[in-house]
Amino acid sequence: MMFVPGNSPKMINNAEIYGADTLMFDVEDSIAISQKDAARMMVKYALKYLPFNCETAVRVNHVTQTPFGMDDLKAILPSKPDLIRLPKTESVDEVRLVTNLIEKVETKEGFPEGSINIICAIESVRGLYEARAIAKEKRVVAIALGGEDFIADLRTQRTAHGIELYYARSQILMAARDANIQAMDTVFADVYNLEGFRKEVTDSKDMGFDGKSVIHPLQIGIVHEIYTPTEQQITHSVKVLASYKDAIANNRGVITVDGKMIDGPIVVRAERIVAQAKAAGVWIQEEFNHEE
Amino acid sequence: MQTIKKIATVGFEETNDALVTVSPQKAGQGITVELISTVKRQYGEHLELIIIDAVKQADYTDVHVEVRDRGAWDYALHARIVTALSRGAEQ
Repeated sequence: MMFVPGNSPKMINNAEIYGADTLMFDVEDSIAISQKDAARMMVKYALKYLPFNCETAVRVNHVTQTPFGMDDLKAILPSKPDLIRLPKTESVDEVRLVTNLIEKVETKEGFPEGSINIICAIESVRGLYEARAIAKEKRVVAIALGGEDFIADLRTQRTAHGIELYYARSQILMAARDANIQAMDTVFADVYNLEGFRKEVTDSKDMGFDGKSVIHPLQIGIVHEIYTPTEQQITHSVKVLASYKDAIANNRGVITVDGKMIDGPIVVRAERIVAQAKAAGVWIQEEFNHEE
Repeated sequence: MQTIKKIATVGFEETNDALVTVSPQKAGQGITVELISTVKRQYGEHLELIIIDAVKQADYTDVHVEVRDRGAWDYALHARIVTALSRGAEQ
Protein backbone atom coordinates (compact mmCIF):
# COMPACT_ATOMS: atom_id res chain seq x y z
CA MET A 1 0.00 0.00 0.00
CA MET A 2 1.92 3.04 -1.28
CA PHE A 3 1.13 6.61 -0.27
CA VAL A 4 1.01 9.08 -3.18
CA PRO A 5 0.69 12.83 -2.49
CA GLY A 6 -2.64 13.89 -3.96
CA ASN A 7 -1.54 17.25 -5.33
CA SER A 8 1.36 15.97 -7.44
CA PRO A 9 0.22 14.94 -10.94
CA LYS A 10 3.78 13.86 -11.78
CA MET A 11 3.75 11.32 -8.93
CA ILE A 12 0.18 10.25 -9.66
CA ASN A 13 1.03 9.63 -13.33
CA ASN A 14 3.91 7.31 -12.44
CA ALA A 15 2.50 5.72 -9.30
CA GLU A 16 1.23 2.48 -10.77
CA ILE A 17 4.40 1.39 -12.56
CA TYR A 18 6.15 0.37 -9.33
CA GLY A 19 3.78 -2.51 -8.65
CA ALA A 20 2.21 -1.56 -5.30
CA ASP A 21 -0.87 -3.64 -4.47
CA THR A 22 -2.76 -0.51 -3.44
CA LEU A 23 -2.20 3.14 -4.30
CA MET A 24 -3.18 5.38 -1.39
CA PHE A 25 -3.77 8.90 -2.71
CA ASP A 26 -3.26 11.30 0.14
CA VAL A 27 -5.15 14.54 0.65
CA GLU A 28 -4.34 14.66 4.37
CA ASP A 29 -0.92 15.10 5.97
CA SER A 30 1.15 15.49 2.78
CA ILE A 31 -1.01 18.42 1.61
CA ALA A 32 -0.62 22.01 2.82
CA ILE A 33 -3.78 23.62 4.20
CA SER A 34 -3.80 26.10 1.28
CA GLN A 35 -3.80 23.23 -1.24
CA LYS A 36 -6.51 20.98 0.23
CA ASP A 37 -9.07 21.98 -2.41
CA ALA A 38 -6.58 21.44 -5.25
CA ALA A 39 -5.51 18.00 -4.01
CA ARG A 40 -9.11 16.93 -3.51
CA MET A 41 -9.93 17.76 -7.15
CA MET A 42 -6.69 16.22 -8.44
CA VAL A 43 -7.50 12.89 -6.80
CA LYS A 44 -11.15 13.06 -7.84
CA TYR A 45 -10.28 13.48 -11.52
CA ALA A 46 -7.31 11.08 -11.45
CA LEU A 47 -9.64 8.32 -10.23
CA LYS A 48 -12.24 9.30 -12.80
CA TYR A 49 -9.94 9.51 -15.83
CA LEU A 50 -7.12 7.00 -15.22
CA PRO A 51 -7.69 3.25 -15.59
CA PHE A 52 -5.81 2.01 -12.50
CA ASN A 53 -5.29 -1.76 -12.51
CA CYS A 54 -4.47 -1.97 -8.81
CA GLU A 55 -6.59 -1.29 -5.74
CA THR A 56 -7.13 2.43 -5.11
CA ALA A 57 -7.57 4.20 -1.79
CA VAL A 58 -7.82 7.78 -0.64
CA ARG A 59 -6.67 9.06 2.73
CA VAL A 60 -9.09 11.88 3.48
CA ASN A 61 -8.83 14.50 6.20
CA HIS A 62 -10.46 13.79 9.55
CA VAL A 63 -14.22 14.02 9.15
CA THR A 64 -15.03 15.72 12.45
CA GLN A 65 -11.76 17.27 13.62
CA THR A 66 -11.04 19.23 10.39
CA PRO A 67 -13.25 21.30 8.07
CA PHE A 68 -11.94 19.31 5.06
CA GLY A 69 -12.90 15.68 5.62
CA MET A 70 -16.55 15.74 4.59
CA ASP A 71 -15.79 17.91 1.54
CA ASP A 72 -13.09 15.40 0.56
CA LEU A 73 -15.59 12.56 0.73
CA LYS A 74 -18.34 14.40 -1.14
CA ALA A 75 -15.93 15.21 -3.98
CA ILE A 76 -14.06 11.91 -4.15
CA LEU A 77 -16.65 9.18 -3.42
CA PRO A 78 -18.42 9.57 -6.81
CA SER A 79 -15.08 8.67 -8.46
CA LYS A 80 -15.37 5.25 -6.74
CA PRO A 81 -12.10 4.54 -4.98
CA ASP A 82 -11.96 0.98 -3.60
CA LEU A 83 -11.12 2.24 -0.12
CA ILE A 84 -11.37 5.33 2.02
CA ARG A 85 -8.70 5.58 4.71
CA LEU A 86 -9.88 7.44 7.78
CA PRO A 87 -6.99 9.01 9.67
CA LYS A 88 -6.75 9.27 13.46
CA THR A 89 -9.89 7.20 14.00
CA GLU A 90 -11.05 7.42 17.59
CA SER A 91 -14.71 6.42 17.65
CA VAL A 92 -17.29 4.31 15.88
CA ASP A 93 -19.36 7.49 15.36
CA GLU A 94 -16.75 8.81 12.91
CA VAL A 95 -16.87 5.57 10.98
CA ARG A 96 -20.67 5.53 10.89
CA LEU A 97 -20.75 9.09 9.57
CA VAL A 98 -18.60 7.99 6.65
CA THR A 99 -20.44 4.71 6.13
CA ASN A 100 -23.75 6.59 5.83
CA LEU A 101 -22.29 8.93 3.23
CA ILE A 102 -20.78 6.05 1.27
CA GLU A 103 -24.13 4.28 1.21
CA LYS A 104 -25.87 7.42 -0.08
CA VAL A 105 -23.28 7.93 -2.83
CA GLU A 106 -23.38 4.26 -3.87
CA THR A 107 -27.15 4.46 -4.24
CA LYS A 108 -27.09 7.80 -6.06
CA GLU A 109 -24.33 6.78 -8.48
CA GLY A 110 -25.69 3.28 -9.06
CA PHE A 111 -22.57 1.57 -7.71
CA PRO A 112 -23.03 -1.99 -6.45
CA GLU A 113 -23.50 -2.03 -2.67
CA GLY A 114 -20.16 -2.54 -0.94
CA SER A 115 -18.08 -1.05 -3.80
CA ILE A 116 -16.35 1.37 -1.44
CA ASN A 117 -14.92 0.12 1.84
CA ILE A 118 -13.06 1.67 4.75
CA ILE A 119 -9.66 1.26 6.33
CA CYS A 120 -9.29 2.94 9.73
CA ALA A 121 -5.96 4.24 10.92
CA ILE A 122 -5.35 4.09 14.65
CA GLU A 123 -3.01 6.94 15.53
CA SER A 124 -3.71 7.78 19.17
CA VAL A 125 -4.07 6.07 22.53
CA ARG A 126 -7.78 6.92 22.55
CA GLY A 127 -8.13 5.31 19.12
CA LEU A 128 -6.27 2.23 20.30
CA TYR A 129 -8.68 1.77 23.19
CA GLU A 130 -11.58 1.89 20.67
CA ALA A 131 -9.88 -0.29 18.06
CA ARG A 132 -11.88 -3.44 18.83
CA ALA A 133 -15.20 -1.68 18.29
CA ILE A 134 -13.96 0.28 15.28
CA ALA A 135 -12.71 -2.90 13.59
CA LYS A 136 -16.17 -4.47 13.83
CA GLU A 137 -17.95 -1.60 12.09
CA LYS A 138 -19.70 -2.23 8.77
CA ARG A 139 -17.45 -1.75 5.70
CA VAL A 140 -14.27 -1.63 7.76
CA VAL A 141 -12.05 -4.15 5.95
CA ALA A 142 -8.75 -3.27 7.60
CA ILE A 143 -7.23 -1.31 10.44
CA ALA A 144 -3.82 0.27 10.22
CA LEU A 145 -1.36 1.65 12.69
CA GLY A 146 -0.39 5.29 12.10
CA GLY A 147 2.91 5.07 13.92
CA GLU A 148 4.24 8.62 13.80
CA ASP A 149 1.16 10.26 15.34
CA PHE A 150 0.82 7.41 17.83
CA ILE A 151 4.41 7.90 19.01
CA ALA A 152 3.80 11.63 19.38
CA ASP A 153 0.73 10.84 21.48
CA LEU A 154 2.80 8.47 23.64
CA ARG A 155 5.44 11.19 24.11
CA THR A 156 8.31 9.00 22.97
CA GLN A 157 10.31 8.53 19.77
CA ARG A 158 10.98 5.84 17.19
CA THR A 159 13.76 3.38 17.93
CA ALA A 160 15.48 0.71 15.87
CA HIS A 161 14.08 -2.07 18.08
CA GLY A 162 10.51 -0.73 17.93
CA ILE A 163 9.57 -1.30 21.57
CA GLU A 164 7.55 1.94 21.56
CA LEU A 165 5.05 0.48 19.06
CA TYR A 166 4.99 -3.11 20.30
CA TYR A 167 1.84 -2.76 22.41
CA ALA A 168 -0.04 -0.79 19.74
CA ARG A 169 0.90 -3.27 17.02
CA SER A 170 -0.22 -6.17 19.22
CA GLN A 171 -3.54 -4.56 20.11
CA ILE A 172 -4.31 -3.58 16.52
CA LEU A 173 -3.53 -7.06 15.36
CA MET A 174 -5.78 -8.60 18.02
CA ALA A 175 -8.61 -6.20 17.13
CA ALA A 176 -8.25 -7.06 13.45
CA ARG A 177 -8.26 -10.79 14.07
CA ASP A 178 -11.20 -10.49 16.47
CA ALA A 179 -13.17 -8.75 13.70
CA ASN A 180 -11.79 -11.01 10.96
CA ILE A 181 -10.36 -8.10 8.97
CA GLN A 182 -6.83 -7.20 7.80
CA ALA A 183 -4.14 -5.44 9.82
CA MET A 184 -1.71 -3.07 8.08
CA ASP A 185 1.53 -1.93 9.65
CA THR A 186 2.71 1.67 9.78
CA VAL A 187 5.13 3.39 7.38
CA PHE A 188 8.90 3.39 7.79
CA ALA A 189 10.04 6.96 7.25
CA ASP A 190 13.81 6.40 6.89
CA VAL A 191 13.47 5.76 3.15
CA TYR A 192 17.08 4.91 2.30
CA ASN A 193 17.63 2.65 5.34
CA LEU A 194 16.57 -0.45 3.46
CA GLU A 195 18.07 -2.89 5.96
CA GLY A 196 16.15 -1.25 8.79
CA PHE A 197 13.04 -1.39 6.64
CA ARG A 198 13.59 -5.07 5.85
CA LYS A 199 13.88 -5.87 9.56
CA GLU A 200 10.74 -3.94 10.43
CA VAL A 201 8.69 -5.63 7.67
CA THR A 202 9.97 -9.06 8.74
CA ASP A 203 9.10 -8.37 12.37
CA SER A 204 5.59 -7.11 11.64
CA LYS A 205 4.92 -9.99 9.25
CA ASP A 206 6.09 -12.44 11.92
CA MET A 207 3.71 -10.76 14.38
CA GLY A 208 0.86 -11.52 11.98
CA PHE A 209 0.29 -8.29 10.02
CA ASP A 210 -1.19 -8.65 6.54
CA GLY A 211 0.75 -5.85 4.87
CA LYS A 212 2.84 -2.73 5.16
CA SER A 213 2.25 0.88 4.16
CA VAL A 214 5.12 2.35 2.15
CA ILE A 215 6.11 5.87 1.21
CA HIS A 216 8.66 5.19 -1.53
CA PRO A 217 8.80 2.81 -4.52
CA LEU A 218 12.15 1.48 -3.22
CA GLN A 219 10.27 -0.18 -0.36
CA ILE A 220 7.73 -2.10 -2.48
CA GLY A 221 10.02 -4.92 -3.65
CA ILE A 222 11.11 -5.68 -0.09
CA VAL A 223 7.53 -5.94 1.14
CA HIS A 224 6.61 -8.26 -1.73
CA GLU A 225 9.70 -10.38 -1.15
CA ILE A 226 8.97 -10.82 2.55
CA TYR A 227 5.24 -11.39 2.17
CA THR A 228 5.55 -13.88 -0.72
CA PRO A 229 5.92 -17.41 0.70
CA THR A 230 9.15 -19.22 -0.18
CA GLU A 231 9.19 -22.05 -2.71
CA GLN A 232 9.82 -24.48 0.14
CA GLN A 233 6.78 -23.21 2.09
CA ILE A 234 4.57 -23.38 -1.00
CA THR A 235 5.71 -26.91 -1.90
CA HIS A 236 5.10 -28.13 1.65
CA SER A 237 1.69 -26.43 1.85
CA VAL A 238 0.56 -27.92 -1.45
CA LYS A 239 1.67 -31.34 -0.18
CA VAL A 240 -0.27 -30.83 3.07
CA LEU A 241 -3.44 -29.81 1.25
CA ALA A 242 -3.17 -32.67 -1.26
CA SER A 243 -2.71 -35.19 1.57
CA TYR A 244 -5.63 -33.65 3.44
CA LYS A 245 -7.83 -33.92 0.36
CA ASP A 246 -6.80 -37.52 -0.09
CA ALA A 247 -7.49 -38.30 3.59
CA ILE A 248 -11.00 -36.84 3.35
CA ALA A 249 -11.72 -38.78 0.17
CA ASN A 250 -10.60 -42.03 1.78
CA ASN A 251 -12.14 -41.42 5.22
CA ARG A 252 -8.76 -41.45 6.92
CA GLY A 253 -8.43 -39.59 10.22
CA VAL A 254 -4.80 -38.95 11.06
CA ILE A 255 -2.36 -38.11 8.25
CA THR A 256 1.34 -37.33 8.10
CA VAL A 257 3.41 -35.31 5.64
CA ASP A 258 7.21 -35.61 5.65
CA GLY A 259 6.97 -37.56 8.90
CA LYS A 260 4.92 -34.91 10.73
CA MET A 261 1.32 -35.27 11.87
CA ILE A 262 -1.10 -32.93 10.08
CA ASP A 263 -4.04 -31.52 11.99
CA GLY A 264 -6.56 -28.69 11.57
CA PRO A 265 -4.37 -25.65 12.32
CA ILE A 266 -1.64 -26.92 9.99
CA VAL A 267 -4.18 -27.23 7.18
CA VAL A 268 -5.41 -23.69 7.87
CA ARG A 269 -1.81 -22.39 7.75
CA ALA A 270 -1.18 -24.25 4.50
CA GLU A 271 -4.33 -22.73 2.99
CA ARG A 272 -3.15 -19.30 4.06
CA ILE A 273 0.29 -19.76 2.51
CA VAL A 274 -1.23 -20.93 -0.77
CA ALA A 275 -3.62 -17.94 -0.74
CA GLN A 276 -0.70 -15.56 -0.10
CA ALA A 277 1.29 -17.17 -2.91
CA LYS A 278 -1.61 -16.80 -5.32
CA ALA A 279 -2.11 -13.18 -4.28
CA ALA A 280 1.57 -12.62 -5.04
CA GLY A 281 1.09 -14.06 -8.52
CA VAL A 282 2.68 -17.49 -7.96
CA TRP A 283 1.02 -20.15 -10.14
CA ILE A 284 -0.17 -23.20 -8.21
CA GLN A 285 -1.92 -26.26 -9.61
CA GLU A 286 -5.25 -26.64 -7.80
CA GLU A 287 -5.27 -30.44 -7.48
CA PHE A 288 -5.53 -30.22 -3.69
CA ASN A 289 -8.75 -28.25 -3.57
CA HIS A 290 -10.91 -30.44 -1.36
CA GLU A 291 -14.02 -28.34 -1.97
CA GLU A 292 -14.18 -29.39 -5.62
CA MET B 1 -24.71 29.48 -15.19
CA GLN B 2 -22.29 30.80 -12.61
CA THR B 3 -19.67 33.52 -12.82
CA ILE B 4 -16.49 33.99 -10.84
CA LYS B 5 -16.03 37.00 -8.57
CA LYS B 6 -12.26 37.42 -8.60
CA ILE B 7 -9.00 36.36 -10.19
CA ALA B 8 -7.82 32.99 -8.88
CA THR B 9 -4.80 30.81 -9.51
CA VAL B 10 -4.00 27.14 -8.90
CA GLY B 11 -1.31 24.64 -9.86
CA PHE B 12 2.39 24.84 -10.56
CA GLU B 13 4.62 25.37 -13.59
CA GLU B 14 6.14 21.91 -13.07
CA THR B 15 6.41 18.78 -15.20
CA ASN B 16 3.00 17.19 -15.81
CA ASP B 17 1.23 20.12 -14.17
CA ALA B 18 -0.25 23.47 -15.24
CA LEU B 19 -0.55 26.88 -13.67
CA VAL B 20 -4.13 28.00 -14.25
CA THR B 21 -5.42 31.53 -13.72
CA VAL B 22 -9.07 32.45 -14.15
CA SER B 23 -10.29 36.05 -14.43
CA PRO B 24 -13.86 37.39 -14.49
CA GLN B 25 -15.07 38.94 -17.74
CA LYS B 26 -17.94 41.30 -18.56
CA ALA B 27 -21.34 39.69 -18.99
CA GLY B 28 -21.78 38.20 -22.44
CA GLN B 29 -18.08 37.70 -23.17
CA GLY B 30 -18.33 33.95 -22.61
CA ILE B 31 -15.32 31.70 -22.17
CA THR B 32 -11.95 32.73 -23.59
CA VAL B 33 -8.73 30.72 -23.37
CA GLU B 34 -5.06 31.64 -23.50
CA LEU B 35 -2.88 28.54 -23.67
CA ILE B 36 0.88 28.54 -23.27
CA SER B 37 2.12 24.96 -23.47
CA THR B 38 5.30 23.01 -24.08
CA VAL B 39 3.21 20.65 -26.21
CA LYS B 40 0.94 23.22 -27.88
CA ARG B 41 1.98 22.26 -31.42
CA GLN B 42 1.06 18.62 -30.87
CA TYR B 43 -1.87 18.89 -28.45
CA GLY B 44 -2.99 22.53 -28.43
CA GLU B 45 -6.45 21.93 -29.90
CA HIS B 46 -7.10 18.99 -27.59
CA LEU B 47 -6.01 20.95 -24.52
CA GLU B 48 -8.25 23.89 -25.44
CA LEU B 49 -11.18 21.51 -25.77
CA ILE B 50 -10.42 20.04 -22.34
CA ILE B 51 -10.27 23.53 -20.84
CA ILE B 52 -13.54 24.72 -22.39
CA ASP B 53 -15.31 21.45 -21.54
CA ALA B 54 -14.15 21.68 -17.93
CA VAL B 55 -15.51 25.24 -17.61
CA LYS B 56 -18.82 24.29 -19.24
CA GLN B 57 -19.22 21.12 -17.13
CA ALA B 58 -18.67 23.20 -14.00
CA ASP B 59 -21.39 25.52 -15.36
CA TYR B 60 -19.39 28.77 -15.50
CA THR B 61 -19.35 31.51 -18.12
CA ASP B 62 -17.85 34.98 -18.70
CA VAL B 63 -14.42 33.82 -17.63
CA HIS B 64 -10.96 34.15 -19.14
CA VAL B 65 -8.76 31.10 -18.53
CA GLU B 66 -4.99 31.38 -18.80
CA VAL B 67 -3.13 28.07 -18.75
CA ARG B 68 0.64 27.72 -18.53
CA ASP B 69 0.95 24.03 -19.26
CA ARG B 70 3.98 21.80 -18.72
CA GLY B 71 2.55 18.57 -20.10
CA ALA B 72 -0.41 18.09 -17.75
CA TRP B 73 -2.54 15.04 -18.56
CA ASP B 74 -6.24 15.58 -19.21
CA TYR B 75 -7.34 14.73 -15.64
CA ALA B 76 -4.80 17.10 -14.09
CA LEU B 77 -5.79 19.98 -16.35
CA HIS B 78 -9.48 19.34 -15.65
CA ALA B 79 -8.77 19.31 -11.88
CA ARG B 80 -6.81 22.56 -12.02
CA ILE B 81 -9.54 24.34 -14.01
CA VAL B 82 -12.30 23.23 -11.65
CA THR B 83 -10.28 24.26 -8.59
CA ALA B 84 -9.43 27.66 -10.06
CA LEU B 85 -13.10 28.34 -10.86
CA SER B 86 -14.13 27.31 -7.39
CA ARG B 87 -11.53 29.62 -5.83
CA GLY B 88 -12.60 32.44 -8.16
CA ALA B 89 -16.24 32.02 -7.13
CA GLU B 90 -15.49 32.48 -3.43
CA GLN B 91 -16.38 35.87 -1.99
